[in-house]
Amino acid sequence: MALIETERDPARVEMHSHRHPRLVHHFESMEQQREAGTLGMWWFLLTEIMFFGGMFLAYTVYRHLYFDAFAAGSNVLNIWWGTFNTMVLIGSSLTMALAVFHAQTGNPRKVVIFLLATIVLGSVFLRVKYIEYNDKFVEHVFPAGDFRWPIVNESVRPNNIGDLLLMLVGAEHLNGAGPAEAVPEKPAINNASQTAEQAADPLMAGHVRMFFWIYFAMTGFHALHMIIGIGILLVLIVQTRRGKFSKEYHSYIELFGLYWHFVDIVWIFLFALLYLIDRHP
Amino acid sequence: MPSEIGAVHTNGDGGLNYLNNGHGLRSWLLTKDHKRIAILYLITVSIFFVIGGVFALLIRINLLSPSGLFEPDTYNRLFTAHGVIMVFFFLVPAVPAILGNFLLPIMIGAKDLAFPKINLLSWYCYIVGACFGLVAIIAGGVDTGWTFYTPYSTSFSNSNVLLVGIGIFIVGFSSILTGLNFIVTVHTMRAPGMTWFRLPLFIWAHYATALVIMLATPVLAITVALMAIERVAHVGIFDPSMGGDPVLFQHMFWFYSHPAVYIMVLPAMGVVSELIANMSRKNIFGYKFVAMSSLAIAVFGFLVWGHHLFVSTQSVYLGLIFSFLSYAVAIPSAIKVFNWTATLFKGSISYDTPMLYGLGFIGLFLIGGMTGLFTAALGLDVHITDTYFVIAHFHYVMVGGSLMGFLGGLHLWWGKMTGRNYPEYWARAAAVIQFVGFNLTFFPQFLLGYLGMPRRYASYPPEFQLLHVLSTAGATILGIGMLMTISYFIWSLKNGTRATPNPWGASGLEWHTSSPPPTENFLTTPIVTWEAYEFAPMETMDVLGYPGEPHTPAQPVHSEHGTED
Ligand code: HEM
Ligand SMILES: [Cu+2]
Repeated sequence: MALIETERDPARVEMHSHRHPRLVHHFESMEQQREAGTLGMWWFLLTEIMFFGGMFLAYTVYRHLYFDAFAAGSNVLNIWWGTFNTMVLIGSSLTMALAVFHAQTGNPRKVVIFLLATIVLGSVFLRVKYIEYNDKFVEHVFPAGDFRWPIVNESVRPNNIGDLLLMLVGAEHLNGAGPAEAVPEKPAINNASQTAEQAADPLMAGHVRMFFWIYFAMTGFHALHMIIGIGILLVLIVQTRRGKFSKEYHSYIELFGLYWHFVDIVWIFLFALLYLIDRHP
Repeated sequence: MPSEIGAVHTNGDGGLNYLNNGHGLRSWLLTKDHKRIAILYLITVSIFFVIGGVFALLIRINLLSPSGLFEPDTYNRLFTAHGVIMVFFFLVPAVPAILGNFLLPIMIGAKDLAFPKINLLSWYCYIVGACFGLVAIIAGGVDTGWTFYTPYSTSFSNSNVLLVGIGIFIVGFSSILTGLNFIVTVHTMRAPGMTWFRLPLFIWAHYATALVIMLATPVLAITVALMAIERVAHVGIFDPSMGGDPVLFQHMFWFYSHPAVYIMVLPAMGVVSELIANMSRKNIFGYKFVAMSSLAIAVFGFLVWGHHLFVSTQSVYLGLIFSFLSYAVAIPSAIKVFNWTATLFKGSISYDTPMLYGLGFIGLFLIGGMTGLFTAALGLDVHITDTYFVIAHFHYVMVGGSLMGFLGGLHLWWGKMTGRNYPEYWARAAAVIQFVGFNLTFFPQFLLGYLGMPRRYASYPPEFQLLHVLSTAGATILGIGMLMTISYFIWSLKNGTRATPNPWGASGLEWHTSSPPPTENFLTTPIVTWEAYEFAPMETMDVLGYPGEPHTPAQPVHSEHGTED
């Protein structure tokens, strides 16, 4: 077999002398490398859709079965926090897009600034999520453990932008309302949406619990994606500062941008389905 | 050619190749070379196959006597361990992660998969996930069956469901990452001239499989995640006592697990296309139909999960639709089988070991597929659901299909992968023994099932004993055949003769590089100027010229069929 040479010929292997330093050995050109990365990211996001899809399926089924309970449950979620967080996340998508733009035009300083801004906004989102989760624990509507329905212990909830900002910086007591533990437990029905007969229905409690279980699963997996995203952002910032990226080579930042926008879009669906649909204020 | 396989050749001898380019454990455990990762998979997946096989034999030993030799609880744990290991740790990764990983880049003329680091990561996911599975088994095992039906798995089972769930979740990522790599590689890294319709059918099958993996596996991941959370926190999503719906679990589970049978069998079909073409030296009859039938199977595979729920709360109308769709899947599968047989017709067939497995595949898959029509028939299925008929059916499909395809492929490419030839005589003997053993094991199970023996029972009425004993005898023969294969493969690593680059006189790109291939697969990027399976005359193949130089005119690989050099 003359046409196969088993001996590796170094001169031939290294004959591509004009390779970009960031071109990985097994690709032929920067273009091919970029195409592969982009396609890979889109496919990865497709699997993410299927992943969240399982939970959306569960949501759809049970919302159909237990409509009243889901409406009642969604009224416990605080629409102020939800709206605020949606804004924050859309803002972070904007800063991310700007980071990508500056990566494409080769301006690493601005890239770092906007990646940092994205981290800050992402952290604000998570902080709000933490406050919201905490409320649910205090109100005993966390679906595991000591779940109680109807709500007996309504915690501090923002009712306007002012409350919201105060609570965000951890100064809720300035607003007059004490910390959650200070609210005395009163066995009363104080959620507007809970009619007396609904409250009396033990099945209802179980179905509301189902709503919260789905709420925690979906927002929890979403938050996990944010945490991973922030981790990657930190790495990207270090890499940018070390000068890894240039006008010719910045696909990591672009690809991460796709991921971040995806996480953002998932949130918008969650917000609409969990907070907004069928509210009867 | 048969007698030639043992002959000594000098090709591949002494040169630098992927096996000797780097030594020591570190160079293997941190490798990003798709060929080395394939070997890592080969070793680990084989170990799990052996463990799963031991459990299979324990199951069969238990069923030797009508009263059962083990406690029913132990028996539950045995068949669950067997099922979980075989499905998630053997069948799913076997062909794609081993043969696919090794061959896919070479067959399209690429230097590696698109994302080598992700490829390594996928192996580590496999290892970590599989370790969870092993720990769970050592810690006492699981008794839910590999399907983890709720609410038993979430509320009642006193076994290590959580550990296994985590293991399967992680292993799922391993296959997602492999699928991702395959899709991107086929799209972006084909060598010049390697058009879509010049792709070997092996590649088409793996491409279709990767689509299924990417769309189905995340659903399994979320399903087991929900199951795990439900088990820990008793949240009630699948628990009827809390308003949950256990059938939702079945829908979600089978939305993955039906397509998963195609994850297991499609790659094997790709292997068989290669076996048949190469061993009968003909282009596959109806190449485009076979290629497209892979995609059709992938698409239809997503529409039939409901045939697993005929007896769980499904309305008759829904059942009818799923029944009809299940019949529809038979069409693309039948296209493949017809085209393979048409290819064999008047081919110059050589009955070497790979071909024996190829023919074994066709025979067994045919029986498995035909009995699938029984199980897909709404009324009949009510009679045979959860009986040994189903067990026999899916073993014919999955073992007869995936395992035969896997072993056939392993034999066809063993020389390419290891640089050594296996002993042809022993290999043929083992193939025949396995075929006999297999049929003796599983054919009686059709009868058992039809007579009413339910699956997952540790004991049975004495009138079933004869068939069970036959089945156990068959399993023993099958086990001996497997042991032979494992032994001579290991033996050949040291003592086998040197493999030549192209022992079968085939035309695929993988035969145009040394055995074993160099680290970057080819010394220069190959330029493809011939159609897939263009066997003769070999002189027309203009191969592997260095760009910028006049192409080296290709030498005839074989002066005529069946002789080397
Ligand atoms: C020596 C050969 C084998 C024998 C004797 C054997 C036997 C069995 C038996 C008796 C069961 C049913 C347990 C029950 O439901 O009561 C079973 C289940 C199963 N086997 Fe095998 N098996 C063999 C090989 C294999 C192989 C090679 C695979 C995969 C490649 C496999 C995959 C499975 C699966 C997926 C199940 C389903 C378990 C369940 O439904 O819970 N088996 N096997
Ligand atoms: Cu199925």
